[in-house]
Amino acid sequence: MGGRFGVLSTNQCHPVISMTEVFARRPRVGLFVTCLVDLMRPSVGFAAVRLLEAAGCEVVVPEGQTCCGQPAYNGGDAENARKIAMLTMRAFDGFDYVVAPSGSCAAMLKVHYPRLLADDKQHASAARAFAERVHELCAFLIDVCGLEQVPGSFAGRVTYHDGCSGLRELKVREQPRRLLAIVPGLELCEMSDTDACCGFGGLFAMKFPAISNAMVTKKCANAASAKPDLLLSGEMGCLLNVAGKLSRQGAEIECRHIAEVLAGEMTAPAIACSNDGQRR
Amino acid sequence: MTARAQFDADIDAALADAPLQRALADVPAGFVAGRRRAREELPEFEPLRRVGRDIRDHALAHLDLYLEAFEGNATKAGSRVHWAASGDDACRIVLDICRAAGARTITKSKSMVSEEIELRERLQDAEFDVVETDLGEYLVQIRNEKPSHIIAPAIHMRAEDVANVFRRQHGHLAADRQLDTPEKMIAEARGILRDKFLAADVGITGANFLVAETGSAIIVTNEGNADLTMSLPKVHVILTSIDKVVPTFNDAWPLLRLLARSATGQAFTAYTTIVTGPRQPTDPDGPEQCHIVLLDNGRTELLASEMRSVLRCIRCGACMNHCPVYCSIGGHAYNSVYPGPIGAALSPALAGAGQAAHLAEASTFCGRCEQVCPVEIPLVSVMRQWRSLALEQPRSRRARLMLHAWARLAQHPRIYRWCAGIAARSLKWLAGSGARIRRLPFLHAWTDYRDLAAPQGGTFQQQWAQRDRKRAQRDRADVSAARARKSDSAP
Repeated sequence: MGGRFGVLSTNQCHPVISMTEVFARRPRVGLFVTCLVDLMRPSVGFAAVRLLEAAGCEVVVPEGQTCCGQPAYNGGDAENARKIAMLTMRAFDGFDYVVAPSGSCAAMLKVHYPRLLADDKQHASAARAFAERVHELCAFLIDVCGLEQVPGSFAGRVTYHDGCSGLRELKVREQPRRLLAIVPGLELCEMSDTDACCGFGGLFAMKFPAISNAMVTKKCANAASAKPDLLLSGEMGCLLNVAGKLSRQGAEIECRHIAEVLAGEMTAPAIACSNDGQRR
Repeated sequence: MTARAQFDADIDAALADAPLQRALADVPAGFVAGRRRAREELPEFEPLRRVGRDIRDHALAHLDLYLEAFEGNATKAGSRVHWAASGDDACRIVLDICRAAGARTITKSKSMVSEEIELRERLQDAEFDVVETDLGEYLVQIRNEKPSHIIAPAIHMRAEDVANVFRRQHGHLAADRQLDTPEKMIAEARGILRDKFLAADVGITGANFLVAETGSAIIVTNEGNADLTMSLPKVHVILTSIDKVVPTFNDAWPLLRLLARSATGQAFTAYTTIVTGPRQPTDPDGPEQCHIVLLDNGRTELLASEMRSVLRCIRCGACMNHCPVYCSIGGHAYNSVYPGPIGAALSPALAGAGQAAHLAEASTFCGRCEQVCPVEIPLVSVMRQWRSLALEQPRSRRARLMLHAWARLAQHPRIYRWCAGIAARSLKWLAGSGARIRRLPFLHAWTDYRDLAAPQGGTFQQQWAQRDRKRAQRDRADVSAARARKSDSAP
C-alpha cells in the first residue's frame, strides 16, 4: 500500500504514519473528471481512480459535476463562470480532497474560483477553503499521498509535455517527473522547450487555427527530436492537440495521459491510435 | 474589412512569409537565452521584480503628485513642460517647436510614444527632413514600414534585406561596394547618420523614465544615437508619456537593472543618459532649449480602470520575446503599435476597445509573459478583462449567445451528462471503425490542420454509473446469498 496519510483535515503530509490510522479512515477524494476526459477518454478517469485507490483513498465521482467553467471564464463571461464555480463547489462539498487529472481544470478550481468569488461576501471564504482541498492528480499523489510505488510499468522512452496552467499556475513540474521515475522500465527523455505552449489554449485552437498549427508543429518537432516511444502529459486538451497533429503527420510517437501509464491502464489504444497501435 | 478579418489575413501572410519565419526562429536563441543567463547571474532577480512592481505601483498611485513635482523641478532646471491630452495635441506641440526653431533637419532616436502618435509621418507631411537614428528604426523608415518589436524594430529583417535597402537608398555611394558583413553595413549607416546628426536643428528623443525629484529624464540606448540626437542640435524635444515618472533616482535604479536584463540580457544598457534641462551657463556644450512633451492619450482613463497595472510597463519587450503567438506571427500582423501580450493589454486602452479588442483573443493564456514581466503585470488577467468587455459589445452577439447556451448547459448536470453522452456517441459514430476523424465540417478549424482523436465511446460518467450499478448488484447478491446461507443453517 503506497498511501501515507497523516492529519487528514489539512493538506500536510504527516511524517510518521500509522497504518491503523490509514485504514481507520481512508481519505475521501472527489474526482473531478474534467469534461474532456469524460467525453473523449474515460480510461484516463479510471486510471486516476486506480491510482488514487492505490494511494489509499476512497474515490467518489459526484454526479453534480460538469465542466470547470474555463470556456466561460476565459471567454470573458465571468458571471456564468461564477455560477459554474458555485455548482462545482456544491457538488464537491464534504470531501477531504478534490482531485483532477488536469492542471488547467485544477488551476481553475484552485486559483480562479477564489478570484471569481473574491467580492462575494457570502462565498469568498468558502471558495478559499474549497481551493485548499483541490489538487492536480500528480501533485496530489506526490505532495499529499507521498506515493512511492505505482501499479504501472512501461519499457521504453517517454517524453513529458507540461501543460501551461499546471506548470505556471500550480507549479506542477517535478511531481509528474518523480512519478515517472518510479515506473519500472521507463526512461524519461526531455524534449527542448518543455515549457512552451502546444497551441491548444481551449477555444484558441478554433479561433486562431493557423497560429495554433504553427505552435503544435514546433511542439511535435521538439517531441520528435527527443526520440520517444510515448509522449505523456497531464492535460487532455494538449494531448488531443499534439496527438492529432502527430497523427496527421504520420509520426510514430504515441500519446497518452500520464495517469494511464502510472496506473498500468494501457489496454485502451493510445490517443488517435487503433487497437493494433496503427494510426488509420 | 473588420479589424479581426484584417488580423486573420495578416496572420496567414506572416505564417507564409519564409524570411520572417527564419528571423523569428532566432528569437529564442537571442533574447530568451540572453534573459535566462542574465537572470541566473543575478540571484536577487525575482525579488527585484517585486521591488520593480512596487515602485511602479507607488508612482502610479500618486501620479498626479509626482507629475506636478516633475513639472516644477524640470521647469526649475530650465526645461519647458508641455501637456498633451491626445496624440494630435502632442504632434501639434512638436510641430510648433520645430517651426519656432526654424528647423529643416530633425534627428530622432527611438521612441514608442512617437510611433503611437505617428510623429515622424506628421513631421514629414510638414516638409521637415526627419531621420531616425536608431539603426533598426532607420531601416524601418527607409523601407517605409512600421517597427515589428518595441526594442528591436527591424527584427523581421535579415542581413540581405538590409544590404538591399541600403543599395537602393544610398544611391550616391559606389554601386560595387561590398555589403556582405554586418560591420560593413553598420559602418555605412554610421557614415550616413553622422552627417544628419551634425546637420540637425532639432533632436527628438523619448524617455525611459522621468525622475520627479530633479525633473530629469533617463534615456537608454545601445547605440549612443540618442546622445548625439539630444546634444548636437540647438533644440532637444523629449516626447514621452505621463506614466513614465518615478519619484526619485533611487526608484529608477532597480527599474534600469530590470529593464536591460529583461530586454536584451545585458546587465546594463551601453548608454544610460540623464538629462536635466538644457545647457547650463557652466556647461561647455549642449542644446539651448529642452522641451518635455507629456502625452496622456487614454492613460488617465486606464489609470482609473481595473487594468491600471498595464501602466507599470517599462517597455522591455520580454513578454513578446517569450510569447509563442508573437514568435509565430511577428509584430506586424498585430497591426498595433505595441504588439504581443503588452500590445493586447495596452492597445485597446489607447486606440479604443473597438480597434484592438481582438488582440486579446490571440492568446492561449499560457502565462509565459506574466512569468517574465519585470514588473509582474498580470497580462493574462488583463487580456481576460478585455475579452470580457468585448463580449458585451453588440458585434459579439453570436459568440455571446453560444457561450451563454453552453454555460446554461454546464449548470444543469443531468442534461449536461445526457448531451455529453450523445456527443461522445456521435463522434464515435463519425469515426466509424477508425481511431481518428480526418475531416469534420463543423470543426474544420481543428481538422484542417490535425486529426481529431475518436472518443472511446460512452462518457466516463456513464461507465462509472454502470460500474456502480454492477457493484451494487453484486453487493445485493452477496447479501442475499449470505442471508440464504444463514437461513439454511438456521435450526
